Amino acid sequence: MLTIQNLHAGIEGKKILNGINLDIKKGEVHAIMGPNGSGKSTLASVLAGRSDYEVLDGTVEFLGKDLLEMSPEQRAAEGLFLAFQYPVEIPGLNTVNFIKTAVNEIRKYRGEAPLDAVSFLKKMKEKMALVNIEQTLLSRSLNEGFSGGEKKRNEVFQMAMLEPRLAILDETDSGLDIDAIRIVSNGVNKLRNKDNAILVVTHYQRLLDYIVPDFVHVLYNGRIVKSGPKELALELEERGYDFIKNENKAEVA
Amino acid sequence: MNTFAYFKERFEQLQPQEDQGGLDKLREHAFQAFSQMGIPGSKHEEWKYTRVAGLFNREFQLPADPLTGSISAEDLKRLRLPGHEQASEMVFVNGFYSFALSRIRSSGLQVLALEEAAKNGFRETVSKWLGDSGQYQKDGINALNTAFVHGAVFIHVDKEQHVEHPIYIYHITDARSVNILSQPRSLMFVNEGARLQVVENYATLGNNESFTNQVMEIIVDHEARLEYYKIQNDGPHTNQVSTTHIRQIGGCFTHTVTISLNGGLVRNNLNVVLDAKNCEAHLYGLYFQSGRSHIDNHTIVDNIKPNCLSNELYKGILNEQATGVFNGKIFVRQPAQKTNAYQSNKNILLSDSCSVNTKPQLEIFADDVKCTHGCTVGRLNEEGLFYLQSRGISEKTARNLLLSAYASDILEQIKPEPLRRYVEKLIHHRLEKDLS
Repeated sequence: MLTIQNLHAGIEGKKILNGINLDIKKGEVHAIMGPNGSGKSTLASVLAGRSDYEVLDGTVEFLGKDLLEMSPEQRAAEGLFLAFQYPVEIPGLNTVNFIKTAVNEIRKYRGEAPLDAVSFLKKMKEKMALVNIEQTLLSRSLNEGFSGGEKKRNEVFQMAMLEPRLAILDETDSGLDIDAIRIVSNGVNKLRNKDNAILVVTHYQRLLDYIVPDFVHVLYNGRIVKSGPKELALELEERGYDFIKNENKAEVA
Repeated sequence: MNTFAYFKERFEQLQPQEDQGGLDKLREHAFQAFSQMGIPGSKHEEWKYTRVAGLFNREFQLPADPLTGSISAEDLKRLRLPGHEQASEMVFVNGFYSFALSRIRSSGLQVLALEEAAKNGFRETVSKWLGDSGQYQKDGINALNTAFVHGAVFIHVDKEQHVEHPIYIYHITDARSVNILSQPRSLMFVNEGARLQVVENYATLGNNESFTNQVMEIIVDHEARLEYYKIQNDGPHTNQVSTTHIRQIGGCFTHTVTISLNGGLVRNNLNVVLDAKNCEAHLYGLYFQSGRSHIDNHTIVDNIKPNCLSNELYKGILNEQATGVFNGKIFVRQPAQKTNAYQSNKNILLSDSCSVNTKPQLEIFADDVKCTHGCTVGRLNEEGLFYLQSRGISEKTARNLLLSAYASDILEQIKPEPLRRYVEKLIHHRLEKDLS
C-alpha cells in the first residue's frame, strides 16, 4: 500500500530524515517509535504533504501512485489520513459543515455525486456511535474550546467519515489521560479492517497497549534503526531509548 | 479641479431668501469653517492615510436640485436590498431627499424636510441637535457638508414606538453624465423606549466619478434601541466620506454594523457619544477590499457618563493593492467611572501589495474603568489551511471556508435575516471571485 524508499527530508535547510525505508501492506498496523527529535512528526508531515517540509531525496509510493507529487487534498482523496497531534481550532467554521465539505470534495475527486443531506446524516449518526462522539460537540465550531480528548475524538470521527486506506496517527496519545486514550483507541480499532492500514507515530508504548501493532520501528536521527514485532515496544518501554542511542553510537564508532 | 472659488460661488447661489428655521445661520458658520480649513490634506493627523483632498483634483458637480426625475422607479427597483417588501424606504438622489421615491409605511415614524422640522413642530430639537457633532468646526469635510445642508431630512421615531420592519435608506448618485458630489444630510431622533432598525446602502449610476460626503446625526433617548446597518458595495469609481454621529442621551442601546465590500475610497467616521448612565453601544465592522480600493474606519467612543458599556470589533480582509485604515479612539472622561470599553481590530492580508494601518487610541481620565484594546495584522492561518486540505478540501475551498469563518462573527451581528443572508452571499461571491 505504502512504500517509502530512501526518503530524505528537512525543514528550513535543516535535514531531519536521513533515508527512511518502510513498507506497509493492507491490513497491517505499524508503529513508529523514537525519542524526541528523531523525526517522527516530520515523517508524518511529509507523508501528509505539509508544504514547509522539503523532500530532498527518495520516493514514496501510495497505492501505486507517486505520493510526493500530490497536493495534500489529493493525498486525502486518494485515501491518506493524518490524525493531527495538535488539531487546529477554527472559530466560525461549523464542524459538521466542514466534514460535509470534506466528504463531498473527496467524492467529487473520485467522480462520485455528492451525498444528499439524508444520506450524509445517516452516515454521520452511524459513525458517531462507532467512535463515541456527541452531537453537541459537532454542532460547535471546529475544535474551538474542545478539550484534548475531544479534539482527538473528533480526529477519529473525521477518520471514520472519510474512510481512509491509510491512517497516520501522529502522537494521538499526547496530552490524553488513560480513559481518553482508551476511548480514542477503541474508535480506531473499530475502524480497522483487512483493506486499510494504520501507522501509529508515538513516543510512548502505552498507546500500543490499545492499538496493537503488527510491526514496531524505531526511528533515530532520521533513520529506522530497528524493526521488530510488537514486543519491541515493550523492550523500549523497559530499557528506555538510551540503549538505542548507545547501540547506534557503537555502530558509528 | 474643484477650487475654493467654485464652492464659494455655489454657496452664494444656493442661499435661499426665506426663513430656514436657523439652517441658514448654521450653513453660514459651516462655510466660514470650511473656508478656513478647506479639504483636509494628508498632513492632517486624522487624514494621514486617506487622501481625500486628492479626489478634488477631478472636477465634481455639486447639484443644485434633486434631479429626481432622472431616477425612475425601475432604477430603484434594481437597487433594492432583500427584506424591503414591507419596509419603509427613504431615497436620496444626489444628496437630496426624494419624497416622490420614498415610502414611509410605519406608524410612529415621521420623515420631514429638515427646513420644515426646523420651522415648525421640531424647532427646538433641530436647533439643539443639528450640527451636534460640532465636527464641522474641526473637520473641513464635515464643514463642507454642513455648509450645503439642502434637501436634508429630519426623522422622528415616536415614544415607545417599535418600528416593525427596518427602514431602508438608499443613497443614489446619478453620475451618468458628469462627476457628481452629493452631500446627504439627516438628523434622526429616536424617542424614549422606541425601537428601530436602519439599513443604509449606496449606489452610483453611470461610469463617472461620484463622491458622497454624508453626515447623519442620530440622537437616541432613554430605553430606546437602535440597530444601524451600513452596506457599502459600490463601484471602484465611487468614493465616500460617511459620518455617522450617535449621541445616547438616556440609558439606551445601540448596535451598529458597517460592511464595506467595495468602492474607490471609503472613509467612515462613526462617533458614539455615551452621554447618559447605563448606555450600551456595540460597534461591528467588516471590510473586504480588493483592486485599488481604500477603506478607512475611524471610530470614536466617547464615555461621558458612568456605568456604560461599549464593545467594538472590526475585522478586515485586504487583497491585491487594497489599502486599509482603522483608527479607534476611546475616551473615558473623568466622571465616567465604571466604564467598560472593549475594542479589537483584526486584519488578514491576502496579497503582498495590500496594506493596513491600524491604530487604537485610549484616553482615560477616570480611575475605575475596564478598557481593553488590541489589533492584529496577519496572513491567512497556514496551519488551518493545511488542516482543511489534509481532509481532502481543495486549497481554494479551504481558503474560502477559512475566510468565511473569520467573517462569521461579524455577519452574525446582522440581525435582520434577509439582510444577513444577502451580505453572506455577497461575501461568498467575492471570495469565489477573489480566490480564483
